[in-house]
Amino acid sequence: MTGKGGTGKTTVAAALALALAAGGKRVLLCEVEGRQGIASVFDVAPLPYDERRVAVAPDGGQVWALAIDAEAAFLEYLQIFYHLGRAGKLLDKFGVVDFATTIAPGARDVLLTGKVYEAARRRKHERPVYDAIVLDAPPTGRVGRFLNVNSDVAGIAKVGPIRNQATSIMDFLRSPQTRVQLVSSLEEMPVQEVLDSYDEMHDIGLAVGGIVVNFARESELTKTELANARNGRLDLQRIGSALKEAGINGGDSALAALEDEARQHAERVAIEAKQRRRLQDTGCPIVELPEVSEGVDLGTLYDFADRLRDCEAIS
Amino acid sequence: MARGDEQGRRRRSGDQAPGRGVRFRIGPFTGRLSDVTPLDIDALLDDHSVHIVVCCGSGGVGKTTTSAALGVRAAERGRRVVVLTIDPARRLAQSLGLEQLDNTPRPVRGVDTSTGGGLDAMMLDMKRTFDEVVEAHASPDKAEQIFANPFYQALSSSFAGTQEYMAMEKLSQLRTHLSGEPGRDGRWDLIVVDTPPSRSALDFLDAPERLSSFLDGRLIRILLAPARGPARVFTAGISVVTGVLSKILGGQMLRDVQTFVSAFDALFGGFRARAEQTYQVLKAPQTAFVVVASPDIDALREAAFFVERLEAEGMPLAGLVLNRVTDGATGGISAQAALAGAERLDDERLTAALLRLHARRLERAARERAVRRRFAGAHPGVRTATIPALPTDVHDLEALREIGDLLIA
Ligand SMILES: Nc1ncnc2c1ncn2[C@@H]1O[C@H](COP(=O)(O)OP(=O)(O)OP(=O)(O)O)[C@@H](O)[C@H]1O
Ligand SMILES: Nc1ncnc2c1ncn2[C@@H]1O[C@H](COP(=O)(O)OP(=O)(O)O)[C@@H](O)[C@H]1O
Ligand SMILES: [Mg+2]
Ligand SMILES: [Mg+2]
Repeated sequence: MTGKGGTGKTTVAAALALALAAGGKRVLLCEVEGRQGIASVFDVAPLPYDERRVAVAPDGGQVWALAIDAEAAFLEYLQIFYHLGRAGKLLDKFGVVDFATTIAPGARDVLLTGKVYEAARRRKHERPVYDAIVLDAPPTGRVGRFLNVNSDVAGIAKVGPIRNQATSIMDFLRSPQTRVQLVSSLEEMPVQEVLDSYDEMHDIGLAVGGIVVNFARESELTKTELANARNGRLDLQRIGSALKEAGINGGDSALAALEDEARQHAERVAIEAKQRRRLQDTGCPIVELPEVSEGVDLGTLYDFADRLRDCEAIS
Repeated sequence: MARGDEQGRRRRSGDQAPGRGVRFRIGPFTGRLSDVTPLDIDALLDDHSVHIVVCCGSGGVGKTTTSAALGVRAAERGRRVVVLTIDPARRLAQSLGLEQLDNTPRPVRGVDTSTGGGLDAMMLDMKRTFDEVVEAHASPDKAEQIFANPFYQALSSSFAGTQEYMAMEKLSQLRTHLSGEPGRDGRWDLIVVDTPPSRSALDFLDAPERLSSFLDGRLIRILLAPARGPARVFTAGISVVTGVLSKILGGQMLRDVQTFVSAFDALFGGFRARAEQTYQVLKAPQTAFVVVASPDIDALREAAFFVERLEAEGMPLAGLVLNRVTDGATGGISAQAALAGAERLDDERLTAALLRLHARRLERAARERAVRRRFAGAHPGVRTATIPALPTDVHDLEALREIGDLLIA
């Protein structure tokens, strides 16, 4: 799940996890930016580097969550592949862990995506532990480099353990098992970033599943009314008498306020329609989630999950 | 961009900026908006002792828009301005003529220069700025070596904080052209600085510290040890570390790291010194910080952190610009009256819809006022200017002028 910052990646990722869990499935929701966004949307205590159940879905599904921390993933990786008990601690003490997770090109992304890869392939009693994994990924500006782990490390490692790990992760990300979901509001910058990301994913060889339009506003006004509102041609006389009928005696100032608001609203709707068309031009399936004026709570997430269930844009 | 280890950074920098979910006080419920002193933008722009205006705030609140609008207004009021933008929206960049990415300021056409002022603008290219720094401070041979090293590529394009750090570097380059100081060519007398679109408003202040603490790190010293001569005694711990490193990374990669670190060694000192110097300039009275926020709880929480931090560091805060504020004028119809009226109108669908729109706007305005009151309660001294939410995006000079007018209205 990616999109411009603040457009609802975490919210939509959480709703998608609930939607996929519905009907008795087990879904893992991961985050990678150390922001505790998942804990915050589900209103639970901050997550450790450990899989925790955060919600139950309709008809008995479960959503588990994991806040992936690169340093912890690195130590875990050393432990599993090199059996480094105490030496791991020593590396940490000498700043190697810090180095590997902050600057070594790509190492950090290999560790983070590698953990997702591990969870996706983990099996118990010959069945996958998770039916689906939803990753709340970095925002559009950074997601290309984040997911393109192979080219990320290509500059530094032509052969060797890191390169091998990167190659397996990349194969998995490019397989039909993986989809990139894009989230956008109907504003110019978020839409532009999503369109750029759409092309970028194509270039990297990753499949885009669909686009979620978040903060969608529906207008109660008809097309003609919107056009009239923009051109200052609303039937003010009729509106004025309707106001009187409704017992509102604001006079001319009230009428002027409503007219002005109608114009601004119509302009906004026109801009949003234009941005929506730009997204539609990709030919990608689109699903819309409404703006909720009181803010998102757990109830909203379940409602959003319902809207996302069985829809083509998130298949 | 903030790509690095967020938690590690928090730990190192020792601040306690909360995640979004943390219920952080932005202020008491008892604050009053009537106590807030207005921020006089024109007085700020006309104050010729102010040479640097820094616009900061969390991502997406309108920092770039505000910086550009301040730049246009200051220029048209007679100042010779350069605005350093970072990641502007594409159409804004186009209308400012910022499309060529050559990392140097270019004149903005269409600005009214009849008062003797002028506006140049540039968009930060972080990689290029880093390259310039290396070129300026390393011998040609060393510079070549550094550019070719894969680790330099990573550091210059993706290290957490590089963008913030390079904004600081660029600022110190631009400063050398300021008028009023000895040895300066006087091309500009005001620099307006936009800050990178990081999550946290504090990243900008913490970036130099983060970079230098990385460059000072223990690992760097270990890796430098062989380059600094055989006299250096290796402890057992260090040889275990290098042993493990070459096992995990492979010998080639370890050598790359080592060459990079030793080639870079000579530059480290200069980095720290300049970062420190820029930091001092930001504390001087010739600088003014403008904190930008939208009137919602997340952005105002970041703004509160920033305001407190500036105060703690003794940095000069001009005030807060609240962007995208919802107009709360009732036109004589309260939200309640509008909703009740809409209920009564079954066959006048259009009027009912307009009344509901009206009510929704007033409710939104009331929610915004509530968070603003809380902010004001905790930070009563912070001068504030507001910009209403425009129905359309802001991407030409005319819209920037309008923003400027609205700022002083
Ligand atoms: N449809 C909606 N209606 C109203 N508010 C929403 C909606 N979707 C998200 N929000 C709110 O918008 C804010 C940003 O959402 P969220 O944190 O999911 O975005 P994000 O893309 O993950 O942000 P970041 O880039 O900071 O990680 C949150 O306060 C969230 O509750
Ligand atoms: N007052 C405003 N009314 C309408 N749109 C605005 C306003 N301020 C900013 N915008 C729009 O919001 C988007 C983000 O603004 P920007 O200045 O780039 O934010 P930042 O630099 O803080 O990330 C831009 O498309 C801009 O045109
Ligand atoms: Mg998020
Ligand atoms: Mg910006």
